[in-house]
Amino acid sequence: MKGKWIFSSVLITIAAILSGCEPLLVLDPKGPQAERQAQDIMLSIGIMSFIVLAVFALLIFVLIKYRASKQSPDYEPPHMEGNIWVEAICVGIPVLIVAYLSFVSVQSNYIVEATPEKYEDQEPLVVYASSSNWKWHFSYPEEEIETVNYLYIPTNRPLEFKLYSYGPITSFWIPQLGGQKYAMSDMVTTLHLAADVPGEFVGRNANFSGQGFAENTFDVTAMSQKDFDEWVDEVKDTADPLTEEKFDELLEPGHLGRMTFTGTHLDFMPPPDHDHGSSDSEEGNEHQNHSEQDKDSDHSNH
Amino acid sequence: MEFFERFAVPHPSPAIYASMVAIGLVVIAIIAGLTYFKKWGYLWREWLTTVDHKRIGIMYLISALIMLFRGGVDAVMMRAQLSAPENTLLDAQHYNEIFTTHGVVMIIFMAMPFIFALMNIVVPLQIGARDVAFPRLNALSFWLFFMGAMLFNISFVVGGSPDAGWTSYFPLAGNDFSTSVGTNYYMLAIQISGIGSLMTGINMITTILRMRAPGMTLMKMPMFTWSTFIANVIIVFAFPVLTVALAMGTMDRLFGTQFFTMENGGMDMLWANLFWVWGHPEVYILILPAFGIYSEVISTFSRKNLYGYKSMVASMVVISLMSFLVWVHHFFTMGQGALTNSIFSITTMAIAVPTGVKIFNWLLTMYKGKITITTPMLYSLLFIPLFTLGGVTGVMLAMSAADYQYHNTMFLVAHFHNVIIPGVVFAMLAGLTYYWPKMFGFMLNEKIGKWTAWLLSIGFLLAFMPMYITGLDGQARRMYTYSEATGFGTLNMISFVGAIIMAVGFALIVYNVYYSTRYASRDISSDPWDARTLEWSTHNPVPEYNFAIVPEVKSSQALWDAKKEGHNLFKGKYEEIHMPNNSGAPFLMSVVFFIWGFAMIFSLWIPAIIATIGIFAFMAHRSFEQDHGHHISVKEIEETETKMRGAK
Repeated sequence: MKGKWIFSSVLITIAAILSGCEPLLVLDPKGPQAERQAQDIMLSIGIMSFIVLAVFALLIFVLIKYRASKQSPDYEPPHMEGNIWVEAICVGIPVLIVAYLSFVSVQSNYIVEATPEKYEDQEPLVVYASSSNWKWHFSYPEEEIETVNYLYIPTNRPLEFKLYSYGPITSFWIPQLGGQKYAMSDMVTTLHLAADVPGEFVGRNANFSGQGFAENTFDVTAMSQKDFDEWVDEVKDTADPLTEEKFDELLEPGHLGRMTFTGTHLDFMPPPDHDHGSSDSEEGNEHQNHSEQDKDSDHSNH
Repeated sequence: MEFFERFAVPHPSPAIYASMVAIGLVVIAIIAGLTYFKKWGYLWREWLTTVDHKRIGIMYLISALIMLFRGGVDAVMMRAQLSAPENTLLDAQHYNEIFTTHGVVMIIFMAMPFIFALMNIVVPLQIGARDVAFPRLNALSFWLFFMGAMLFNISFVVGGSPDAGWTSYFPLAGNDFSTSVGTNYYMLAIQISGIGSLMTGINMITTILRMRAPGMTLMKMPMFTWSTFIANVIIVFAFPVLTVALAMGTMDRLFGTQFFTMENGGMDMLWANLFWVWGHPEVYILILPAFGIYSEVISTFSRKNLYGYKSMVASMVVISLMSFLVWVHHFFTMGQGALTNSIFSITTMAIAVPTGVKIFNWLLTMYKGKITITTPMLYSLLFIPLFTLGGVTGVMLAMSAADYQYHNTMFLVAHFHNVIIPGVVFAMLAGLTYYWPKMFGFMLNEKIGKWTAWLLSIGFLLAFMPMYITGLDGQARRMYTYSEATGFGTLNMISFVGAIIMAVGFALIVYNVYYSTRYASRDISSDPWDARTLEWSTHNPVPEYNFAIVPEVKSSQALWDAKKEGHNLFKGKYEEIHMPNNSGAPFLMSVVFFIWGFAMIFSLWIPAIIATIGIFAFMAHRSFEQDHGHHISVKEIEETETKMRGAK
């Protein structure tokens, strides 16, 4: 009786999770990376529901069949030590499931950590996304422009985000385009994304970074390459240049609205040179880079 | 005046001032009460100086319950703040402090002492021992934990609470971004109680390896003892990492070292790695004893031996090894590349297999059993489906590519509460109800107990299932507010309702203790549950020396076999029993530790140095102290035994 009760309440909850009223952001992908992740999520929900149902079914079965109230008072349960075959099945089936999920997981790792396959033939747009308390700065080095708290991107083209932080660890996340990655103060991480369709998406810092964390968001607008080029030209015509002085001002803790500049801060304030995650072959340079960085910062600090 | 300014709370609110007044009044009330009823001597002789594992266990238990309510109030405040969009009940700073202290209190000062409570009360009885291996060290462990907890808890009225999250990631937790003393409290309070945990680890391992009753080989130990043994082995390997990480963090904050800073080659991610090298095994330190409790309870109330004893032990050994090989899954998104993530993704999923084996073994234990649903059994039966949900979402999180979408969201929050609440908290409540007669000599009310279990389960589902959905909809964790446009409002309101129902459930536990203390029958046998293991073969409540005669053991369910085959566990006649003496040193030394911690937190160097000398003085004193304990005479044993048997 009570077992059934648990079962039905849990089932309702699962149904609620799966259906939802509107599509959940993560399950409503607008780019190839997010799509792969949503596929993985749905696949794992499917397989896991099978396990959950199996456990629930077994539990309900033993609860109904072996309740003391359903048995004669002199029933004495047998002594059971364990059976090698039963236990082999209890290990074997989960091992098979985990092996299959591991296979998918490894494959997905290499997919989300690389330029999206279907846009591989195109030159990626490189954007340096850096966070400071509690803002995002987007530098477009090739276009020579920089924005604050908003991001314009072309559709159908790979995007390569170079992430770093001027403060606490933050995490750059645009749920509908793909999963997040950390931005840190002492290294640059790379996140590969792409947008399939034009539209407006929400982006945010997902990693707790202090008092202004909740409002540490940015707007993402995806548009055709043509519209993107026009926007870049417009910015170049109308926006003020970003000076070192102005950038220092922007780094002060607080919230700012959208801002647009020509030029990028990369010219006068280069990102940390410790590069992570763009490719494994760069590992060899790490130590060298690190010691140089140490020397540099030694000088600048006293 | 300037000297005292540092003790002011940097970000006060009426609630904090009210708490200050409340704390002040409670302290005055306690002191006045103790003086009026002339209980100072009793408190000192029977509790503050005790080295009896049962009393230490009860003190752990009381502390854990108090901390459960402290952390629970934090939780309800958080859920209330998030119950509606743009809510202004709390501001960002208070919200940050509250979720930080909620995490630390619940893990370090609630779950840990709760498992230590049950380990202390049960393990020596379950292996037929008269106390733990190092009784005085055990008292020191408790008092260090207690002083650490008190130190942490005064932070919100003296100097300000930590606000960098329970993970306290640098550089956010560094001096640049956390300017109040809050994070100093975090570093030093956890350090002090962590030393206590490490000592418990050594103590329990020694106890289990060296003090088992004759005939109890390792493979004849009851499952809770096995789980305690494995958990304490993990403690001994994992806690030194925390000790080192906290020491480095303390030095960064107080002495200007640069381990985790942004300059001079400091590495912020080093903290994250060290923290989780401790933090992940910590999860298993909590869950393995919980599994031990469920094993005892399910076997007892199915009236059947535990199915697959050997595979249960093997799975715990495998879990203990693998728990050290999965820590990177806490930050798949750090950018370490596809290869590293793949390795840790596979190890993380693999650890689900031994855990699954245990679930199937419990189901097979019930199979062909004779199941009676008592309160402890009800918790166990609710645990199986709810924990399975948490377990499978864990496997989902282990898929590293998909984790880029789950990380830092409410989905993750839902997952770990889904394993910790039905896993650890339900086990502790099952253990509390199951062992209550052993501790206090009467049973808790079954009806209220079952109501509690149902309320907690329903409240749990309402509070945490919606988080899976909002997480997938992009609600990041640790946000103190969200806009109406996000559409998170309704589901967060459901969460809040669930939190309230859980709060009612926890309040019912207190009512149950009150009700049962008043009305429950004191006339119970030593084995009220018809159980299977040694702890139920001695009297209720347990005499100081546990067993008048050391039992002889032939199987992992010695008492059951004795009951079925009718043989006597206690052969031979009474002999003089050697017991350890009480000592005030552990308590006083921990008080000095408290002073040391407080002085360090506020950079009061002279008191800190004096306290450091004091700590070493206590250790030196102990090194030269001659304390041979005392003996309980045969006559005294006979008197106690006759009285106890009469009480039945």
